[in-house]
Amino acid sequence: MGNRKVKFGVVVYPGTNCDRDTYHAIKEVAGEDARYLWHRDTDLKGSQVIVLPGGFSYGDYLRSGAIARFSPIMEAIKDFAEAGGLVLGICNGFQILLEAGLLPGAMLRNKGLRFICRFVDLVVENDETPFTLLYKKGERLRIPIAHIDGNFFAEPEVIAEMERDRRIVLRYVHNPNGSIHDTAGIINSMGNVMGLMPHPERASESIVGSTDGLRMFLSAAKYVRES
Amino acid sequence: MIDRKLLEEHNLTEEEYMKIKEILGREPNLVELGLFSVMWSEHCSYKSSRIHLSKLPTRGKYLIQGPGENAGVVEAAGKAVVFKVESHNHPSFVEPYQGAATGVGGILRDIFTMGARPIALLDSLHFGPLSNPRNRAIMEGVVSGIAGYGNPMGVPTVGGEIDFEEEFSHNPLVNVMCVGIAERDRIFYARAGEPGLSLIYAGAPTGRDGIHGATMASAEFGSETEHKKVNVQVGDPFKEKLLLEATLEVMEKNLIVGIQDMGAAGLTSSSSEMASKSGVGVELNLDNVPLREEGMTPYEILLSESQERMLMVARKGKEGEIKDIFEKWGIEARVVGRTIKEKRFKAVWKGKVVADVPVDSLAGAAPKYDRPYTKPTIDEKLDTEWLEKRDWGEVLRKVISSEYMASRKWVYEQYDHMVQINTVLLPGLGPSVLRIKGKKEGIALTIDTNPSWGRSNPRLGAVLTVAEAFRNLASVGAEPLGITNCLNFGNPEKPEIMGQFVETVEGMKEALEFFDVPVTGGNVSFYNETEGKAIPPSVAIGAVGLIPDLSVLPGPERVEEGDWIYLLGWTGEDIGSSIYLKVVFGESGGKVPEIDLRQEKELQSEVIKLIRENQVSFAFDLAPGGLLPNLAEALFAINRGAVLRIKPQVEEVFYLYGESPSRMVIISPYEITSTRVPIEKIGRIEGDRLTVFSHGRKIVDEGVDSLKKTWEDFFHILFDR
Amino acid sequence: MRAKIEVFLKKGVLDPQGETIKRALHTLGYKSIKDVRQGKVFYIELDGDNPEGVLEEIARRVLSNPVIEDFKWEIEK
Repeated sequence: MGNRKVKFGVVVYPGTNCDRDTYHAIKEVAGEDARYLWHRDTDLKGSQVIVLPGGFSYGDYLRSGAIARFSPIMEAIKDFAEAGGLVLGICNGFQILLEAGLLPGAMLRNKGLRFICRFVDLVVENDETPFTLLYKKGERLRIPIAHIDGNFFAEPEVIAEMERDRRIVLRYVHNPNGSIHDTAGIINSMGNVMGLMPHPERASESIVGSTDGLRMFLSAAKYVRES
Repeated sequence: MIDRKLLEEHNLTEEEYMKIKEILGREPNLVELGLFSVMWSEHCSYKSSRIHLSKLPTRGKYLIQGPGENAGVVEAAGKAVVFKVESHNHPSFVEPYQGAATGVGGILRDIFTMGARPIALLDSLHFGPLSNPRNRAIMEGVVSGIAGYGNPMGVPTVGGEIDFEEEFSHNPLVNVMCVGIAERDRIFYARAGEPGLSLIYAGAPTGRDGIHGATMASAEFGSETEHKKVNVQVGDPFKEKLLLEATLEVMEKNLIVGIQDMGAAGLTSSSSEMASKSGVGVELNLDNVPLREEGMTPYEILLSESQERMLMVARKGKEGEIKDIFEKWGIEARVVGRTIKEKRFKAVWKGKVVADVPVDSLAGAAPKYDRPYTKPTIDEKLDTEWLEKRDWGEVLRKVISSEYMASRKWVYEQYDHMVQINTVLLPGLGPSVLRIKGKKEGIALTIDTNPSWGRSNPRLGAVLTVAEAFRNLASVGAEPLGITNCLNFGNPEKPEIMGQFVETVEGMKEALEFFDVPVTGGNVSFYNETEGKAIPPSVAIGAVGLIPDLSVLPGPERVEEGDWIYLLGWTGEDIGSSIYLKVVFGESGGKVPEIDLRQEKELQSEVIKLIRENQVSFAFDLAPGGLLPNLAEALFAINRGAVLRIKPQVEEVFYLYGESPSRMVIISPYEITSTRVPIEKIGRIEGDRLTVFSHGRKIVDEGVDSLKKTWEDFFHILFDR
Repeated sequence: MRAKIEVFLKKGVLDPQGETIKRALHTLGYKSIKDVRQGKVFYIELDGDNPEGVLEEIARRVLSNPVIEDFKWEIEK
């Protein structure tokens, strides 16, 4: 396998604004290969990991992620996921995956009804996913959030099943937005599609306050290299 | 046809009208009257302020572009730093959310129209006292509006200030500063190149936003539909984000010669200014302008202030490529005119020429007024009651939990202040510090205003404010490269207000010349008054500084138990116009501190030197608020306590709460001495309490955590009940 | 023709906006208000021969999120 760089595809929708940050974290900090994928393309350009970054796709108009999920690239991403490909949705990316049905549940407005940008403490609940294999269960992470619609909701049977199957990957230590069961990040039943509200790309360099997020990209790369 | 009433409605004087007739050699038609009315308005022409603003220094070692363009530019770390501040005061009183949001939108466009990707926003906000629910509603709306526009744009709002004075109740101030980075050799200017080039309109369709004299225009053209005046412009940050990306792409591919965003007087100002600067004329085809409303008249099309629109001059033959890029981003782009050899501004509509004036007459020929002014009365009051000793701990609690000094966390957590991953110093601590990816340098940003000082002594207040901005930069080891400024005043037709303005500019000139730092551009906002009550003179100074090496940046996390606390500089007998007086006495006046600029410069240089030699863990300036409140705030960030042993040679109130300039605190594990400025070891970081001994007597003993809680809770309790 | 589509949060989903508005109304003295739920109204102009089918589909597929929202639509006379 060696040290061949893993190819990450960073999807860009009209209104996405964390694409450059995510590209930077993957390419310049994690040292892997990154390329942009335009929402209208259906060619994933050989990407081995697909990342849907944060932002305000389509202005968050109608509902966050509600319009983006109809983009042409979504079909290709669904096929990619069905075949077991790794997909990571960050913030708005998570919202898009929820709207597209690639992850269960939905996002509501934050309980406090305001946008919140701050570093939060998370606890790793599942260290066996492709995105968290470099972390340890119970480990505390300091990663920032920046959202107004981060209040994760799922119906009682759905959330119970997710808990049973350990599909709540990250939890808030101090719930900032009312998310059910303090859910900050989840994974699908196949174990290859993950969504989280916090921004790991903003916690990848010590100069900006924390490096706890970097291992999420490194984990995904390691998983791809070793499979 | 053109009578006195019409002139009044257009805000033109008889003299101005005579001048227009002289320039045209005939009477203007109604459309042309509208053009002059807006282009010669105070807002567009700066007619009351230009002769004074020209006194300000506009040359500097790092200067690439001074006043006269969409924004100013300085050089830092081999890049071009593009920055400017703009006001959106009156709209923010009418509709706080949209007023603030469109203010952010406007200043962002001023930056990216120069080819710079915006990397930071800062805002200087001034409201009436929060005890009044209406002021709370305005503040809430303004903060939401800034967040509502800045966050989707992906530009972090990294800093700013919020201030409260009674006079801002009916005239809040919203001054927004934006900073962007461009490549040194790829800056775009408002130029039109040569004759025969296409003018391309890109962005949102044009509506009736911002048109004031719409009624008579409708009458002229006999329109039957009822035109609803759109007084409140609604911003669309999604559209602007698309516009930003498309515009930067067009610039990167070098497809345009010049560009200007459509702000005040939209299509008219952007086209005429670009043409005028290049010695050519323009011919606009109004039938091609994308419209949002039905039945719009040429008057409305030319003067609309609809948001999110840019006007660019295409390189010959590149029109198709430009349109393709905009279409990719979902933005409408259309050819709406061309540059012509004749130096005229011509607008054609339905086959007829509806306006035809010399292109230089709109922007360049506006009158310059030397309005009469009287010297302001200076407040020299010093009441002995203010000097009395008090329970300094109790006072500290009151001051830090007042709206003047309470934690602004409630505000800045609504702003995405981390996007673009450049924010090195989080908001709330002092100046903002951003890194430049791939470089060891950083830039420091601050925006500072002090209406209290301005009210009591406009000239000295301005000097102090400039010094304050530079001192803030010094506290992170940055030297100022240039400033942008926003001058907010009442009605300049009143001699006492004009006097405040003149004195303020004099003060700025004195300080800037002394520090050898240029003004790169800025904004003047007049007529901030209601029922004859004007705002105090408020000059916002936005400064940009360079940090040569971020690895030595001081920060609260560097401070350790046992570190020494040093006081540097000179302590004067100053308490007038301070936060202390406002909180303890409800007094907003009093003699403003004097400043010795030589001493100030020595202090700043010394602190910068110590920081760059990596001797400083944390540093901060003491105004406004004074030593004790600012030290308390530093301790909240450091999360430790301190023991101070002071021996004031002046009244305790001056030492603890006075706002003398030329005073700073540094915290360091080392033994620091100085030959250039007075330096005194006044305490040590230890424990979890703030304890102060004055001449051996314990005068303050408070738990840091408990103080921090009152400091943090104030805004939450006020707004989140 | 014109149609109206209403989208609102399902009964079991917490509506913090509705809650906040209810509290504000109580503070203003409207104590008789028992509950407030905030939703969205879309006014649609459309033609074609299957307006009911189209409205049902866009309401279900795009304008509402079935996990948390319900909808109802009507064609205006």
